Amino acid sequence: MTTDILTFTDLKKYFVIGYSGILNREPITVKAVDGVSFAVREGETFGLVGESGSGKSTVAYTTIGMYRPTAGTISFRGQNLFEGNKTRPLALKKEIQIVYQDPGSSLNPRRSIKEIIGLPLQIHRQDENRLEQVVRLLEMVELPPDYMYKYPQMVGGGEKQMVAIARALATDPSFVILDEPTSALDVSIQGKIINLLIRLQNEFHLSYLFITHDLSLMRNVASRVAIMYLGKVCEVAETAEFFHNPYHPYTQMLLSSIPVVSEEEEKLKLQKIVSTGEIPSPVNVPPGCSFHLRCPSRMDICSEVDPVMVEIEEGHTVRCHLYGGESVDW
Amino acid sequence: MTVPLLIEIKNLYVHFSVYGGRLKVLDGVDFVMRSGEKVGLVGETGCGKTTTMKAILRVLPMPPARIPQGEIYFKGQDVLKMSASDLQQVRGRGISMIFQDPTAALNPVFSVGQQLEAVIHHSANRGGKLSRQEIHQRAIASLQEVALADPERLLHSYPIQLSGGMRQRVCIGMALATGPELLIADEPGTSLDVTIQDQVLRLLRKLVEEKNTSVILITHTLGIVRETTDRVYVMYAGNMVEVAATKELFSHPLHPYTRGLMDAVPRLTGGGVSDGIPGRIPNYLNPPPGCRFHPRCPQAMDICRQEKPSSYKLSEDHEVACFLYQ
Repeated sequence: MTTDILTFTDLKKYFVIGYSGILNREPITVKAVDGVSFAVREGETFGLVGESGSGKSTVAYTTIGMYRPTAGTISFRGQNLFEGNKTRPLALKKEIQIVYQDPGSSLNPRRSIKEIIGLPLQIHRQDENRLEQVVRLLEMVELPPDYMYKYPQMVGGGEKQMVAIARALATDPSFVILDEPTSALDVSIQGKIINLLIRLQNEFHLSYLFITHDLSLMRNVASRVAIMYLGKVCEVAETAEFFHNPYHPYTQMLLSSIPVVSEEEEKLKLQKIVSTGEIPSPVNVPPGCSFHLRCPSRMDICSEVDPVMVEIEEGHTVRCHLYGGESVDW
Repeated sequence: MTVPLLIEIKNLYVHFSVYGGRLKVLDGVDFVMRSGEKVGLVGETGCGKTTTMKAILRVLPMPPARIPQGEIYFKGQDVLKMSASDLQQVRGRGISMIFQDPTAALNPVFSVGQQLEAVIHHSANRGGKLSRQEIHQRAIASLQEVALADPERLLHSYPIQLSGGMRQRVCIGMALATGPELLIADEPGTSLDVTIQDQVLRLLRKLVEEKNTSVILITHTLGIVRETTDRVYVMYAGNMVEVAATKELFSHPLHPYTRGLMDAVPRLTGGGVSDGIPGRIPNYLNPPPGCRFHPRCPQAMDICRQEKPSSYKLSEDHEVACFLYQ
């Protein structure tokens, strides 16, 4: 039995975006993440899928400590990441690193690649033989050592992302968040980055939280998948199981919307659910189940009561009234 | 008399003068399409897809762009030699374009109605003025066509008040309001979410089917091309490297670039992803001699480094520009 490395328990993150009311004192909040619970296991790639505005990046940013959660906890190997009001200790920061979506804006254009990769080493006081370490990190991501004298804008998009990966790995983390690491890149380069990430994972026994909106890509990299919709997780399952047997109507809609390139995939794709409606604004989430306005199998209860997560099969949980049942104890 | 081709591009070159030299972007592009066809144009970012389409509409900024050589015909008329007023007839009534990012394509300071009615006013009424009433009616009709509810209210709203999917629908409605013969859709779903993209593409397919509009669909998502088009052009670094009927291309891709691209797409059936194509698109200031793909090609031969391959016709609906098939 593998152990969990990172556990999210009823995580909530609300943002106040303005005030309303006569005295301008009633906050208008966006519930970016509203009660998210799942656990990432040691050494696995956990996929987090959702459309824009579903809160997947907020989950990532809260995990690395950019935000404090409004409620709920995130624990790393049993240790709460937000103990009291203290800032996170360096030793804990070192363990959780992130690779951002767009390497064009996550790398400082005025710093050389040597400085970019060397900075975390310096901050974490691991800078004995810093130059050697930078060379080692560059080699790790299959870039030639002389790249350290270049600046980000001098190299291609794929190579920039490799630099960002090297920077994330500089502190020798055990958990890496990959926030859409290939969505800013061309398909022809994507494969190289993905295979590099898989190799590094095996080599250093890393655990990944892989955020993406590309389900086809997810099928090939993740061992388990969680689907988010408007700040809530609506389905969690093993990847293979998820693609063969999706339960939640939103998941089914997603799966039938993917453009595919071969006949075999076409057979796998669900044809029955046609995508309708707009994604509601996260400021004004509909009552009850947030998906009910677009749902083809909507019932009366859906507009009133928010469903809870139920376990349908071993390791496969769904948050939908169609499947009723008791809530899962995380 | 034979019916002229809808679009015919012959040996088109487009160069951009920039600081440091001349970017040789399009390098002898040939492209034909018949009336009623749905043609896909795929390739990596920066391969010249949008430049080619902008050249057809003559909306490339000149300078810095220059067209040193080449001809573009729209229904037998040379677009590059047209007078400004003839060109005005081609744009809008002849050819409409939908852009990748609807947020950037709509003007934020004018209401949807002002923009849509201006389009109808300027391009739909040569030879007779439309009354205000009529323009308004047509604007409403075109919004209804793209399945937008409450068009009256929409005409008075501003782009910022609409969601991404609605904005793209407005753009589609605007592009089709003039009843064009050819619609150029430049990555119409890329900036949208998967489920919304699916809706928009389905709507687009339905509308062009109903109106029998010809379509050029530009995208780098191969799946969308497969589901929408009859014929596909594959473009690499300013050259058309392969053209085939969609089914044929997806079952028998021939050019090493096309094959690399196909392999690189992650499959729903699983099985991991391939490494893709090594290297990146060449620098247009100094493109490699011979076939522009040879530095990245796994099957490059000596001849590829010296000569540029011409297009070889292998069957009725399959042409490929590669020495392997000489």
